[in-house]
Formats: sequence, structure tokens, C-alpha cells
Amino acid sequence: MAADRSLVPAPERLAQEIGGLDALDRPFVLAERRLRRLGRALWPKLVAVVVVLALWQAVVWTGWRPSYVLPGPGRVLAELGDLAGTAKFWSALGTTLRRAATGFALAIAVGTALGVAVSRSRTLRRGVGAMITGLQSMPSIAWFPLAILLLKLSESAILFVVVLGAAPAIANGLISGIDHIPPLLVRAGRVLGARGLDSVRHVILPAALPAYVAGLKQGWAFAWRSLMAGELLVIIESRPAVGSQLQFARELSDAPALLAWMLVVLAIGILVDTLVFAGMERRIRRRRGLMGG
Amino acid sequence: MSGMVEQSPAAARAARPVAIRIDNVSQTYNRRGRNALQALDRVSLDVAQGEFVCLLGASGCGKTTLLSLIVGLYGLTAGSIDVGGRRVGLLFQEAALFPWLTAQENVEMGMRFRGVPPAERRSKARDLLRLVHLEAFAGRRPHELSGGMRQRVAIARALAQEADVLLMDEPFASLDAITRDVLHDEVEAIWARTGLTILFVTHDVREAARLGDRVALLSSRPGRVIAQFPIDLPRPRRVESAPVAAVAAAITDRLREEVRRHGR
Repeated sequence: MAADRSLVPAPERLAQEIGGLDALDRPFVLAERRLRRLGRALWPKLVAVVVVLALWQAVVWTGWRPSYVLPGPGRVLAELGDLAGTAKFWSALGTTLRRAATGFALAIAVGTALGVAVSRSRTLRRGVGAMITGLQSMPSIAWFPLAILLLKLSESAILFVVVLGAAPAIANGLISGIDHIPPLLVRAGRVLGARGLDSVRHVILPAALPAYVAGLKQGWAFAWRSLMAGELLVIIESRPAVGSQLQFARELSDAPALLAWMLVVLAIGILVDTLVFAGMERRIRRRRGLMGG
Repeated sequence: MSGMVEQSPAAARAARPVAIRIDNVSQTYNRRGRNALQALDRVSLDVAQGEFVCLLGASGCGKTTLLSLIVGLYGLTAGSIDVGGRRVGLLFQEAALFPWLTAQENVEMGMRFRGVPPAERRSKARDLLRLVHLEAFAGRRPHELSGGMRQRVAIARALAQEADVLLMDEPFASLDAITRDVLHDEVEAIWARTGLTILFVTHDVREAARLGDRVALLSSRPGRVIAQFPIDLPRPRRVESAPVAAVAAAITDRLREEVRRHGR
């Protein structure tokens, strides 16, 4: 009976053989416990913060500048604590974050539409491709005089510049993502019947997602910088904001408050980057098996 | 009548209505440029419904071009291709799965484009994954699967298009020999169960002899059908069996002759 192997591989035998190969062949995917990963990601950051604070304190101790111009971290953190107890602090923070969210959302809409349009049309790319990169390298603060002239000292002037600062980076990220899609995936989509908008939504955009998220991340950095520049210049009396508080602190030569507000600016940048973008990037890479090591 | 001849299953399949009619197809790339390349030269080939035909050729025979033309990815230079309105699925040498989707979602993709409702999509995809022995891996993403498993997901994805015709472009060329051997059994079993028409492109003579009801041999640069070998061996076959080896030897001789022609 043993010689019967040359005959029909019975369906069960085929199933078993296939199952056996699958068990032997499947790549080994390493999974790390979430808590452990969090711990491993956290401690280098904490050490870095401690090192920076220590360097700062060391500079203060050298007496390079008098302490009313350059206060130490202890003094500034105490000031930050005091500020956090005031209603004005939270209302300023609220105004700034609302502006950041609105501006960034608008920039995403504009940048994404622009990116899709440019990557789909050769003519459009020839026409405005270089212009987008040019816009991206233009310092956003250079837009403000024009924005103020056109839109007065208003919310719109700030949003205008935030969008101009962030949208090109987002568009460029998306364009480079689309440029690097393996042609085979697009062909596979076409063979499966993806046409026009279906193809963009279900094949092109998901395939370009890693570079798109990198573009969003860069776009956020540009948006945040533009917003701070904007709030320093476009000060609306009735509406305190993080940038305008920085400006007031400088005018009053209140160094501890100035540095405290700077810490706030820095913290928001870091928090958004790690909580929103780092997590997003990690999830995308893990899903696609792009995690090294 | 006493003249009734009992037909072999392969001959019976060949006598069925034509599913793919390739008639005098020529294809030239870069026709107006300086380095015009004729990929196909008056290729004619009929594949009957439910038939398993292997298209065999050395490099530069335009096999991939021909499949792309059948599925309509490019326009034709000359000649005609008729699939009689049948749905055509295409399998590439690489699985070309969407890396951001699970196996299940990959299989559902084509149905989504056709507007199949979600519940139906899900159950159909489940059935197809069971057919390729991957029901346990429905929730896995491509990077968690081996090359052979990915290729089977791709088969399920192609079948999900309700394809009557499946074009396979060297689908197992990049797999190891053991996996390839088992997948030959698998494809043969799926073909027997579903009654699909399969046009299978390969440069592996033994693979062609193992799988085909018929092997069509293409010349190289430009590609033309230069010989056809009907294979009337019982199924399922084994690639190591003497009759398959004998057929493979005969085809190889003819193929070598064609290759020699380019060495002169």
C-alpha cells in the first residue's frame, strides 16, 4: 500500500501536505508586549530631558548671563506651575490649539487634493511640481506682511499662513508616496477592476500611506512653526494665545515667563509628534511587516 | 455505429466551445521609435472551455505580453482576442497582494469594486480561502505568510472575481521546488473542482507537462506558436512519472531546436 503514494493524493493528504508546508514556511513574526515597549520607549526620553535640564542649569551656574535674563530650570518650572493655575494660561492654550487644529486640518485637505491632482496629471506636475517644493522652502514668516495686508490682523491671516506653510509638505509627501508605489500593485488593482476613484481610494492612497504620514508629520512641524510666527506678529487684543504671551513676556522682560511659554511650545510639538505621528507610523510599519529587528 | 471512439477526458475538453480565441495577434512596442521591438508575431491559439493549456517558451517569447493583452491591460497592435464576455482573472509571478490588508480583505477587494454587498463578500472570501486551505490565516497580513501562501491568497483573490478564465503568469516560478510541487496538486484540484479555463504561462517544461491538457510552444523574438503538444495522460499526474518525463523530453527537444536557431 505504501507504493500508492504515486496514485491520487487524496484531498485530505493534499490538505495535510499544504498545512505542513505552511507551518514550516511561515515567517516568524516577533511580538513585543505593549507595556514593555512603552517602557523601552520612555526611559531614553526621560534621560534626555534630565541631561538637557542639567546642561541648562550648568550654563546658569557659570554666571554667563545674570539670572534675571537667564533663570535656571527650577525657577522656570515654578513659573510654569504658577501660570498653569491661571485661567488666562488655559484660554491662551485653548486658542492656540484650536488654531493649530483648524489650520492643520485645512492644510491636510488642501495638501491632499493638490498631491493627488499633481501625481495623477503629468502636465500639472510639470507646471506646479517645482512650485510646491519652492513654496515648501519659503519661510512662512515671509508670508505674514502680505497676509496682514490682505486679511488684516485677523484669525484668517494666521490660518492663511499656517495652510501655506503646511500644505506643500503634505502634498510633497503624498506625491513621493504615490511615485514609489510598486507598479505591480497598481496593475493588480486594475486587473481586479479598480478604476478611477476606486483605484485612488483603495489602492493608491493606502499604498502611499507611509510616505503620506511622513508628509503629515513634516506638515505638522511646519504648521506649528508658522502658527507661532503668526501669533507673535498677529496679536488680537481680546484673545490671548501662546505666541502672543511669548511676545508680551519679552516686552516686559519677564524671562521666567518667556522660558515657561517656550517650554509649552516645545512640549506641544513633542507631544503631538509622539502621541499622534509616532504611533501612527509604528502601526503602519508593523501592519506591513516593515519593522526591523 | 461501431465507429464510436471513446474520447479521452483531455480530448473531450478540447472539443468544447472556445473560451479564449487568439487570432493573428501581433504586438510591437515602440513602433515609431528607433528600437522598435516585435514581441508577438501572428499568434493564434484557441483555448476551449474548461481546458488547461500551458504556454511555454524561452525568454523573449512575449508570454507576459500575451496575457496582458488578453486581460486588456494594453491595446492590441494587430489581430483580435475574444473571450466571449467571460470574466478573466490574472495571476502574476509575484502574489502582488495589498500589504495593508489581511488575506481575507485581499480576497474581498475585487468584489468590493464590483459592488458586492459586505456580508456576501465576507462569506464568499471565506469559502475561497477554504478552497486554497488558508481558512486559518484569513486575518493574517501578507508579511506573515510564506511565498506559497501568498500565491494561494492571490489565487483565491483571482477566483473571487467569478472568473471563468484564469491566466497564470509563471505563478510558481519564485517558489521552492517542494512548495511548487504541492501547489501543482492544489491548482489541479481547484481546476477539477471549478471547471475553470486555465492558460498557464511557464518556462519550465516539466511544469507544463505536469499540468497541461495541451502545451503550446512559443518561439522567441518575436513570439509565435511553433508547436502544440496534446497531453493525454491521466490525472492527477506526478511530475516524476515516466510518461510525464517522456512528454517533457519531446517538448524540450523542440524547444532546444528553437533556442539553437538564435545561436547561429
